Amino acid sequence: MGKTTKYGQWALHALFLLISAAALLPFLLLVSSSITDEQEIIKSGYSLFPSQISFAAYDYLMKDAEAILRSYGISVAVTVIGTIASLLMISLFAYPISRKDMPFRNGLSFYVFFTMLFNGGLVPTYYVYTQILDLKNTIWALIIPILLLNGFYVLLARTFFATSIPVPVIESAYIDGAGEFRIFFRIVMPLSLPILATIGLFQVIHYWNDWFNALIFVTDSKLFSLQYLLNKILLDIQFLSSSEMGGNQAEMIAALPKESVRMAMAVIGVIPILVSYPFFQKYFVKGLTVGAVKG
Amino acid sequence: MEQRKTVTTASSKRWQRFRRYLPLMLMVVPGFIYLLINNYLPMLGVIIAFKNVNFAKGILGSDWIGFKNFEFLFKTSDAWIITRNTILYNVVFIVLNFSAAIGAAIVLNEIKNRFMSRFYQSVILLPHLISTVIIGYLVFSLLSMETGFMNKTLLPLFGAEEVPWYSEPGYWPYILTLVSVWKGAGYFCVIFLAAIVGIDHEYYEAATIDGASKWQQIFKITLPLITPVIVIMSLIAIGRIFYSDFGLFYQVPLNAGALTTTTNVIDTYVYRALLNLGDLGMASAAGVYQSLVGFVLVLGSNYIVRKINKDNALF
Repeated sequence: MGKTTKYGQWALHALFLLISAAALLPFLLLVSSSITDEQEIIKSGYSLFPSQISFAAYDYLMKDAEAILRSYGISVAVTVIGTIASLLMISLFAYPISRKDMPFRNGLSFYVFFTMLFNGGLVPTYYVYTQILDLKNTIWALIIPILLLNGFYVLLARTFFATSIPVPVIESAYIDGAGEFRIFFRIVMPLSLPILATIGLFQVIHYWNDWFNALIFVTDSKLFSLQYLLNKILLDIQFLSSSEMGGNQAEMIAALPKESVRMAMAVIGVIPILVSYPFFQKYFVKGLTVGAVKG
Repeated sequence: MEQRKTVTTASSKRWQRFRRYLPLMLMVVPGFIYLLINNYLPMLGVIIAFKNVNFAKGILGSDWIGFKNFEFLFKTSDAWIITRNTILYNVVFIVLNFSAAIGAAIVLNEIKNRFMSRFYQSVILLPHLISTVIIGYLVFSLLSMETGFMNKTLLPLFGAEEVPWYSEPGYWPYILTLVSVWKGAGYFCVIFLAAIVGIDHEYYEAATIDGASKWQQIFKITLPLITPVIVIMSLIAIGRIFYSDFGLFYQVPLNAGALTTTTNVIDTYVYRALLNLGDLGMASAAGVYQSLVGFVLVLGSNYIVRKINKDNALF
């Protein structure tokens, strides 16, 4: 666009620094509250800059680290397995329907598309996974329902395959005697890294942030994912020191620096994203841009 | 490839075609089965809404009761409240999120320093990638009655009284709207920015030569040219106007019972009816109501846009 004056530029930067601050300050509040002395919080509340720094909350969490570490493990496992499985399923479905010569390709595309228009709702979904498939209180309940395959991503991948994989490459590989699976894994997948990275990143976020599946399908505390553990603690701080978490109850509750521990837990939950985000952000921005272009 | 004699009967031709595409068909199988179980099987489950579910008899064996579940649902005051809340919140969210995002995208596009522009994009996108559980914590740290930043630091600064945020439903429409914009505007901003960046520079050069002001350029070039993206995003949002971000309405108000008049939406109602009350019939009636109206809204809004401009329609 045309010229903006130097002062105009400064004004724009000032505006966006304000917006950025609004986006970031709540995180600062969280982190600094977690390292504030408990008495100080009780006296003057959570604050942006701790006046009395104390790592007591983290010490406390270290002492009772078993449940936290387990839920971390669950979340990591669910995220890794879920993301790999869904990338594989999404691309395996999207590739054939991207091929112009594939029989039933329109029917199969509609089969995917319709799932984006209409759904049976929570109750039948709950019923299918608990009564028919009996996934309740298994780790699969965190991986399979709802999250594993999103129709929108299938259509996104289909568009990418159809527009970015040159048909002559596929044909010549076929003539050279390569089977469809070999073509898919050796040629199509390596050429599709941008879309796979995009969808993969979104799936990582979906799985890592999910607590809904745990909320409806899991009652066994051994299977609590990190986000669900956080959810429990936010709604009920006593949960942290309840018998399910282990430890000597009465003593623990008395010694519990409630408010700072709560915030320390949240920091532990959000740190993986805050730390890895700078490395991933350009892919996110690119991925959103891909999604914005009509397929 | 080994050359073979060509057999010309129809059935063997079909066999050859079948063998040729068998591997591709096999690729589709896992996804096909998954969608069947996760999406299509539950669609049949809408019959639950028309049954008096008795677990001893199973779903198929339970007695049909016609529209009784729907009658019960719509006789309660809940039906009106959750419908009103769901629609009003979504309308406000769409309008505010989109205007904030479009404004931010236009301004962001004006920033010359590429590094800073990337930086701002990343920062405003960050809240979108945080789980609603964490957002619940953030809001709690701001609004907690005893220890929150608002009550302990900000309000005293202006000499104002402490406010019992988590027991007064009147504040929540504003709080939830703020949270929604905080969480979502960055996401839409990046999408709209991508559309703006895609606009041909010659339009602006020509306009500048003709002496068009910045405002004229924004209203006469930028906005009309990103309208297709705005329309598509709005269509998707309108199609989902009967659905809500469950986490936002359940997690962020900490599932507080005192707030339900302004925080209960169809999604949270269905969840509570299913898992807290165990009222399978009512929960699925509400679910069917949601799915059906949602479906009609998607088709309807798409139809209208098709009538106005075919290129802007979703399908």
